Amino acid sequence: MGISAEMVHCFANAPYESLVTDKNFNFNAQEHGGRYPPYRRGMINENSDIILSVRDLRASVDGTEIIKGLNLEVRAGEIHAIMGLNGSGKSTFSKVLVGHPDYEVTAGEIHFKGQNILELEPHDRATSGIFLAFQYPLEIPGVSNRDFLRVAFNAHRKARGEEEIDVFDFDDLIEEKLDVVKMDASFLDRSVNEGFSGGEKKRNEILQMALLEPVLAILDETDSGLDIDALKTVAGGVNQLSTPDNAVVLITHYQRLLDYIVPDYVHVMADGRIITTGGKDLAKQLESRGYEWVLEEFRTGVTA
Amino acid sequence: MSVSVQSLVSQPYKYGFTTDIEADAIPRGLSEDVVRMISAKKNEPAFMLEFRLKAYRKWLTMKEPIWPNVSYPPIDYQNIVYYSAPKTQPKKLGSLDEVDPTMLETFEKLGIPLSEQKRLANVAVDAIFDSVSIATTYKEKLAESGVIFCSISEALQEHPELVEKYLGTVVPIGDNYFAALNSAVFSDGSFVYIPKDTQCPMDLSTYFRINNGDSGQFERTLIVAESGSSVTYLEGCTAPMYDSNQLHAAIVELVALDNATINYSTVQNWFAGDENGKGGIYNFVTKRGLCAGKNSKISWTQVETGSAITWKYPSCVLVGDSSVGEFYSVALTNNHQQADTGTKMVHVGKNTRSTIISKGISAAKSKNSYRGLVKIGPKATGARNYSQCDSMLIGDTSSANTFPYIQVQNSTAQVEHEASTSKIGEDQLFYFAQRGISPEDAVSMIISGFCRDVFNKLPMEFAAEADKLLALKLENTVG
Repeated sequence: MGISAEMVHCFANAPYESLVTDKNFNFNAQEHGGRYPPYRRGMINENSDIILSVRDLRASVDGTEIIKGLNLEVRAGEIHAIMGLNGSGKSTFSKVLVGHPDYEVTAGEIHFKGQNILELEPHDRATSGIFLAFQYPLEIPGVSNRDFLRVAFNAHRKARGEEEIDVFDFDDLIEEKLDVVKMDASFLDRSVNEGFSGGEKKRNEILQMALLEPVLAILDETDSGLDIDALKTVAGGVNQLSTPDNAVVLITHYQRLLDYIVPDYVHVMADGRIITTGGKDLAKQLESRGYEWVLEEFRTGVTA
Repeated sequence: MSVSVQSLVSQPYKYGFTTDIEADAIPRGLSEDVVRMISAKKNEPAFMLEFRLKAYRKWLTMKEPIWPNVSYPPIDYQNIVYYSAPKTQPKKLGSLDEVDPTMLETFEKLGIPLSEQKRLANVAVDAIFDSVSIATTYKEKLAESGVIFCSISEALQEHPELVEKYLGTVVPIGDNYFAALNSAVFSDGSFVYIPKDTQCPMDLSTYFRINNGDSGQFERTLIVAESGSSVTYLEGCTAPMYDSNQLHAAIVELVALDNATINYSTVQNWFAGDENGKGGIYNFVTKRGLCAGKNSKISWTQVETGSAITWKYPSCVLVGDSSVGEFYSVALTNNHQQADTGTKMVHVGKNTRSTIISKGISAAKSKNSYRGLVKIGPKATGARNYSQCDSMLIGDTSSANTFPYIQVQNSTAQVEHEASTSKIGEDQLFYFAQRGISPEDAVSMIISGFCRDVFNKLPMEFAAEADKLLALKLENTVG
């Protein structure tokens, strides 16, 4: 396998990480102690378990329909990116998945690990393994990050029928997880997200993800507001956490994040549904050509 | 609100049971004769009857205050029973064995065991049932160190000179409408006297229970700490659920002499009325401490969760040079509860210091006001005050107000006031939920974080109780 002109072009423009994750790149895991992270290869495996299955989903807020017949299937080991213009329903979709009370599902189904979750309370969905990294993480004054994380972790253990762990064991565990997002231990003793910078909040989200080890992680515009160093840290964390047994759905406007976390599938959302799906190249095309052509193709396809 | 903030707060009141016990009550209504009758029933010394009559006559000339930020229908003072005592009560409380077992059971149910074998370790309890004190534990042990802890009725019999010397010196009979009423008709309460240079060997506690549906409770507590002494005092209150309102107009007076310290904590859980605002206690209480001596210290800590209406301003008058006043308060209102509560710090002496930390939490349709006065007199050179008033709103229909009054007459004084208002939002709760934490647990985490500064000041057993109490009170408030 040689280096094509196109790849040379990539060398010139793309960050290093995106290159090593390119399927054309001859990556030898043996040379890396048998481990793939922090850069990840494609994990598409037609035979792996279906983690999330969304069928003909419709949802509205205050009587206005936002999600209008959305279909999506996510298997274990996959990374999906959902892109689209503002107002296309991306963030709404993520909130509907985790059961935000403002949104009403009017039709369709959501199955998670084979179970219909529409009737589950948000905290039960969470403990069953669905995690949302918030676009705007909330501040909780007066509640220390450490307590918050411990109570959340124990809620997950309890839901699995495991015993809660005590303060000391938890402290050991969380120290370990801090490394994933290169966070300082001093953050644990501050109130949850209070006075955190945008980047610190996003890191705190990934710290929670590292701790709770979800089966399905949805990252809602986790890249927004991050400088390049923070973006790399956050992306490195996500890559490190993704395994053949879990799945990630990235919601993003920009190709930028996908340089670091390479998706197996890229979906384009418009008007409350997924109008087209492609590989990682689709994101690059969107970056260079904008959305209009996809929308146009969709319109023509629909009328045809 | 989706699952409605409402449902979380609407935890049924678990102390709402009534004890079926025959009562010796005098007829409804208030008159000079009633005042005389109360005094006679209690076989009081002459000075006490004079005190009561003077107060009654003063009360007749006064008007009920209308300035608090609360509203309620007019109270018919002639429709209240001013004295009610369990009939089976032995005249002289020789030992607990003589106490009606039904009453002991009542207190057991409330988590206040009085019997020898089950007593709270290291806390002496004075239990007050309707108008009378039914038992005081650990009396003998306290007497060994010279500490007097008994009901005020008993103190009037056995230590009349001490009562006469201090009663009404901190809260004069005509101080306010409810204070005058209390001074005229008070039936019982606790009396504490800590002798010179004595550290009270255990925490003292009074537990108030209103049982009779028509009776008001007018108790009177007097605590005197001689120079160099110290005491920690806890007060707890509950009442059965009735759909009519009951009046509770108490007075607490504290006196701290040179270098003495009094820590006074209250966990108030009177019946607050049902979710439609029916029933509940009107809690109109005057609490005041006098730091009479130099370097004396009085600290009020209160957790107010009950009562339909709370009107209460535990205060400190800082007369002694370098004396210290503190006020730590958590006031929680839910449903239709109304609270107008806060403190007064009156700086008279030099280098006096006061701290006010007030946390108000309002849920459902309740109204929660902080009202505080910081007054620095002309001679209070070097006086300092720090006040912090934080309010938290749960849901969209509750209200919180802060009315700070600051009067400074000495240019060397330093007065700081900070205030904040926050809200437990749906989004915050959703954030917790998305991490697997149920709304109930989320609210209790947020609230205990909010109240931490105050809970840290409570004696340990009380702090745990307060935390639990708030969590219970707020169950089903949020969703």
